[in-house]
Formats: sequence, structure tokens, C-alpha cells
Amino acid sequence: MTTNTFEGPGPDAQFAEILSAGDFRIQRCGDCNAHIFHPRPICPECGSGDLSWVAPSGDGTIYAKTIVHRRAEKGGDYNVVLVDLAEGVRMMSRVEGVEPADITTGMAVQASIGEGMNGEPAVVFTPTEAAK
Amino acid sequence: MSLRGKAAIVGAALAGCGEAHGRTSMEITIEAVHGALADAGVKLSQVDAIATCQPLDLLSGLTLAQELGINPKFTMNNRMGGSSFLSHTMWAAMLLELGLAETVVICYGSNQRTASGKLMTAIGLPTYEAPYKPMFPLSSYALAADRHMHQFGTTREQLADVAVAARGWAQKNPEAFVRDPLTREDVIASRLISDPLRVRDCCLVTDGGAALVMRRAEVAVDHPQPPVYFLGGGEGTTHRDISEMADLTVTGAAQSGAAAMAMAGVSAADIDVVQLYDAFTINVILFLEDLGFCKKGEGGAFVEGGRIAPGGDLPVNTNGGGLSCVHPGMYGMFTLVEAVRQLRGQTGERQIDGAELALCHGNGGVLSSQVTNILGTAATL
Ligand SMILES: [Zn+2]
Repeated sequence: MTTNTFEGPGPDAQFAEILSAGDFRIQRCGDCNAHIFHPRPICPECGSGDLSWVAPSGDGTIYAKTIVHRRAEKGGDYNVVLVDLAEGVRMMSRVEGVEPADITTGMAVQASIGEGMNGEPAVVFTPTEAAK
Repeated sequence: MSLRGKAAIVGAALAGCGEAHGRTSMEITIEAVHGALADAGVKLSQVDAIATCQPLDLLSGLTLAQELGINPKFTMNNRMGGSSFLSHTMWAAMLLELGLAETVVICYGSNQRTASGKLMTAIGLPTYEAPYKPMFPLSSYALAADRHMHQFGTTREQLADVAVAARGWAQKNPEAFVRDPLTREDVIASRLISDPLRVRDCCLVTDGGAALVMRRAEVAVDHPQPPVYFLGGGEGTTHRDISEMADLTVTGAAQSGAAAMAMAGVSAADIDVVQLYDAFTINVILFLEDLGFCKKGEGGAFVEGGRIAPGGDLPVNTNGGGLSCVHPGMYGMFTLVEAVRQLRGQTGERQIDGAELALCHGNGGVLSSQVTNILGTAATL
């Protein structure tokens, strides 16, 4: 019998610590080379526990979008998007620096570290054209 | 060994649909059970297995046993959201076929409308979605709708046609909660909530309960109502969070529907009446595609021109659905009760002539859990 004990804090805590230090990392499987997000203890592709943190390119494409309509006195409308990263993983996020009407599905975006809706560190995106 | 035709629904009832002032979710549930037992001609003391999933009570199976005052051999509390009850029927059929239970009660109830006025749920936002504050569960379905529109050219008008069809059925159902006329233009002019979904794309917030009694097929004929046989069931669970759904245009209904139809030995073309969990208009389009009523990407065109409305080629959600009849948080039970009534020929003005074969489909989470049941009359055995 094998007791399969992982060392130290789990993937969620590690991701949060890296993020609060200002970096965005995703996981990569040492056995099948799959990129992984969100963070997990084992690879969802092959079941391997040999995962390490790697820096993604930050390049992404908007897979789907929605604009949540909210009264102006409560902060106004905001967007919620699903972004496909170039590494082949998907994440929920928000696009900044663009009017809601100009956010399109299929749009190229670039990751940066910004803030979540409660001021916590969070990965956000800006349109790739605007970044150039 | 197949479960096809081995068990039957012998009792069904609704309770407290619309507004059930001053009543708790469990009280509404118990009232539905009382009605279903009377419908079945079954005594409470005969019930030896129960199944439920309540909005806020995480141990609701235990509460149900206590409030019914029974000590069941099996207590099922499978918690997959609104699809749970279509899974409960499969487990009930297994218990009955194996001789582990004689009489199974499956039930649900919620007072969410009169108690809170909005969806009551024990579910919080996932860790990696919470920073972006998607509306739960609405924004997840809005993302799926946006992707379907982007990928297949599905239109705003086609989404509206789903709501218009549901309202058409509701107008033929005296028990439906909202029966005012509704046009495509009304839906498109309604308040935008999480783009592209508007308020009329969303299910109602009502109170309501429902219950079923299931027994083995060989004893089902001894009950007062014509038995409605369980012919097939299947499940699919593809994710928990919308950000983990591999393809927002393909749901687990492709798996659950194929499994249910294989067990029942039928295809989509054989189905007389369809009851789908229409939490949002996009759901109906996705499920019609994934269950094989039309090709992937063609669901929008399929629902145009009143095809799923009264008088159309395919009757879908003949009670008015969650969009116009009743939606107390987890709607799965109501697909089953409406199918039972249709197959018994008890639905009055909205009755589908010669309905022998019904498909019920439940959705749980954010397109996460999909469960399909095929039900039929004695003629389908
Ligand atoms: Zn791997």
C-alpha cells in the first residue's frame, strides 16, 4: 500500500501565494505535458501527480462573454468572460480597457494581474491591440 | 439485465405551485407526497424507500423520513441540482427490480417565492470564478448562449421563440403561474440581465412541490391509475463550474439521452411528448440538439415558427415549463409529473392525442448534470 502524501500547501494555496506576489502561473504535467488550469493535485488528462508551475504566455482569446447589467448606483455594468489561453486551458476573467459593446467573442486578449470585484488580486485581460 | 419496463410510476401529485403563503419547503413536499400516495392508493406505511433533494436542507432525506414518520430501508438524497429527481427514478427502478424496496416515494418542494422572492440555494461561487462575480447561475447560461450565437448564428429571436412557445402551452394549463400573452417582441424588449439573456429568457421564481410513487411493474396494474412505465434512463456529468465545461455548446445530454434511449430501445423520432428543464431559453435549444431532435447548431432554427409550441410538430414542455408554469428552484420533478399526466391522458386542453412515449430531461448546476428518463404507457412495453 502506498500512502500518497503531497508536501506542503496544496495547489490552491500555492496559486494564491504566487498571485499575491504579482505572478500568474498555471500548472504543467511532467508526464503528458498538458497545461492545467485551474490548479489541481493531479493531472485531469493522465492522472499524474507530477505537476509544476509554469509561466503562461498570457495570450488568450475570448471564448464567450456576458455583460452583467447592474444599476449605476451599484457600480454599473461589468463583463464576465471565458478566455482560452494559448496553452490550451480556459479561465473565467474580466476584460478591462474596453467598452462592453466592443468586447467580442473571438477577440485576442492579453493577461495581466489586476483586481477582482472585491479588490483581491486576480488575473484580468486587456485587448491585445490596445496593449501594442 | 435491463431496467426497461421493470418499474412504474403509480402515483403523482403537485402541491403549493405558484404561491404557498406561510408554508415551509418541507410542508409543501409532504403535501405533495400525501397527494401522490392518495393518487396511487398507497398507504404511508407501505413506503419503504424515499428520495428527495431540498433547496437548503443538505440532509433533506433525513428530514423527509422524520416528517413522514417512517423508517425507510433506503433514503436517497443524491444532490445534483434540478436533475436529481430523474436520477432518483433510476435508483428507484434499481431498488425495486432487485427486491430491495417495494414502494418508493420521490419528492421535492420549495417555498422560495414567498420566503425569499429569488432562487434559494446552498451553492456559492467557485474559487476561480468568484473574483469576477458572475450572477449565479444566470451568467453561466448567458455565456453558453453567447457561445451558441457566436458559433452557430443562433439569433436573439430564436431564443425568444422558446419563451413564446412555453407561454403558449401555459395558456392551455389552468395551473400555470403566468398565462398572459407573450410575443417575440415582448421577450426581446424585456429587461437585460446578463447579456444576451433577458428577464423573459429566465425561468419563474415560484413555490411548488411534486411527488411520485414508484412500484414494480407486476404490481403497478393493481393501482387505480394507469401505470406509467420507466423505460430508460441515463446520466451525464461534465463539470461543476461553467469555466470547466469543455464545449459550452455540447451538454451531457448527448450522453444521458443516448443512454436512456438505448435502454428504452427508442429514438428521438419515436417520442410523442418532450419535457425539458428550461431554466433559461438556451437550455431548450441545447437539449433538443444534444438529445437528437435536431442536429448540433440547428436548435435555433428548429424552435422557429412555433414548432415546439401548441400545434407544432414537437410538443415541448406542455405544462408551460419552468419559463411559464412553475419553477421552485429545482424543476426536474415537474418534467416527470407532466409526462405522467400526458401519458395518462389527463391534461385537458393541452393533451397530446395518442401520447404513448415521453422524454423527460433534467439539468443540474450550470449545464453540469444532465439526466434523461424515457417513460411510456402499457402499449410501449
Ligand atoms: Zn498529465
